[in-house]
Amino acid sequence: MQLDFNHIQAAHCENGVTTSLLRHTGVQQITEPLAFGIGSGLFFIYIPFLKVNNGPAISFRTMPGMIFKRTCNSLDIPVFRKKFSSPEKAQQELNERLKAGQPAACQVGVYYLTYFPKEYRFHFNAHNLIVVGREGDNYIISDPIMETLVTMSSYELERVRFAKGPLAPRGQLYYPKENRQVTDEQIKKAIVTGIKRNVRDMLRIPGNIAGIKGIRYTAKKIKGWKNKLGTEKSRSYLAQLVRMQEEIGTGGGGFRFIYGAFLQQAHTYHPVDELIDISKQFTHTGDLWRDAAIQASGIYKGRLTEQSDYDMMGDYLLKIADLEKKAFEDLSEVVKKMK
Amino acid sequence: MKKDEIPQDPGALGKIAKELSYVVDENGNYTTGFSTGWEIKMKALDVAWENVEKRIAEAKQKVLNGEASPLLYYMELKLMDVEIVAGYTGFWKWQVKKHLKPEVFKKLPDRKLEKYAKLFEISKEQLSQVS
Repeated sequence: MQLDFNHIQAAHCENGVTTSLLRHTGVQQITEPLAFGIGSGLFFIYIPFLKVNNGPAISFRTMPGMIFKRTCNSLDIPVFRKKFSSPEKAQQELNERLKAGQPAACQVGVYYLTYFPKEYRFHFNAHNLIVVGREGDNYIISDPIMETLVTMSSYELERVRFAKGPLAPRGQLYYPKENRQVTDEQIKKAIVTGIKRNVRDMLRIPGNIAGIKGIRYTAKKIKGWKNKLGTEKSRSYLAQLVRMQEEIGTGGGGFRFIYGAFLQQAHTYHPVDELIDISKQFTHTGDLWRDAAIQASGIYKGRLTEQSDYDMMGDYLLKIADLEKKAFEDLSEVVKKMK
Repeated sequence: MKKDEIPQDPGALGKIAKELSYVVDENGNYTTGFSTGWEIKMKALDVAWENVEKRIAEAKQKVLNGEASPLLYYMELKLMDVEIVAGYTGFWKWQVKKHLKPEVFKKLPDRKLEKYAKLFEISKEQLSQVS
């Protein structure tokens, strides 16, 4: 049985899942940029004591699960979320939900995700997809990065729902508990809450590894990599930075563009003209993140080998930090005008 | 990024889906476009796989030198670490670490070896070899 479900392709999986599920429950206004902005998705963190795939742990977005949670909370939509210790129970509960004619989102690992290309299948456990139906032993999946619906057998789905390792999903199932429509007034309020929280996370988070300070911290680290780690390891670290920055599910440059799109859409709800200008600022920093990736690629391709090349890479990040600081400071002022 | 600047290089993901990107049109308004891939990203992914290959080769050599049990080789082959192996097999991390020692691994009872064989999708016999 396949539900009447409108598959939406998105730039990022959690945004996509949030957008599709909320549309399905009746929130007609929601778009990917709105979900990302209301969920305060833009972030930066470098966790120095953690390694991911033997490289640095860097994230350009907020913690997994937060975009969905915050967006639903802000729009006053109650959320169901549950982890399971038993795969049987996890499957049973999903089946009941589908039988009731409702889709459900799952957090999954990508290592055993059958329809992903082999090159992408690392042990990464924070991918999100929606199960929209069942036909015999097959589940019909709406994965936001895919162009169309895909299918997985019950065994294949169980395997990715119970992937192991960091951020193990433990069968996690989640969805909006009720079908509700929201008013434009609610969206307006949610936009303000989302912006305020994002300003706080980027400008005022304590410590020096997250937010704008985290970008500066990373810049300093990069300048020291050549001496500290040697050429081989530095290459790998920079390649990992770019993968974290540009790949599906993380997309640092891409996230800046989504945020720019969010501010333009916010402008249609709050006609404060400064929003358009700040949107442009984020488009600019998104472009700079991409320029920085090109510089990094010169190093990991082995074309650039001097300390000055690493310094230039670090300087890109310092410049980005300055510009994003200004953008968020401007936003911090402008949000006061948004009622 | 402008819509006409979206890179259309061959990419790993491009084989199964084009990637949606947010870009600005000629009037500065945000819209979406599709990318088949970006050479800069592709190369970063290549570097990650080169590292994996290197780790597998090193693990193999260690096993052949008698410095590690075949478990290390298969763990690297499946891109896993001790935490992930422990998660899938149900062993404690300290147990997996012990099993990485050749002398401990040799004495493992069949039921423990079977857990590893199942995880690595090979037979128990294959588990003791690294070719």
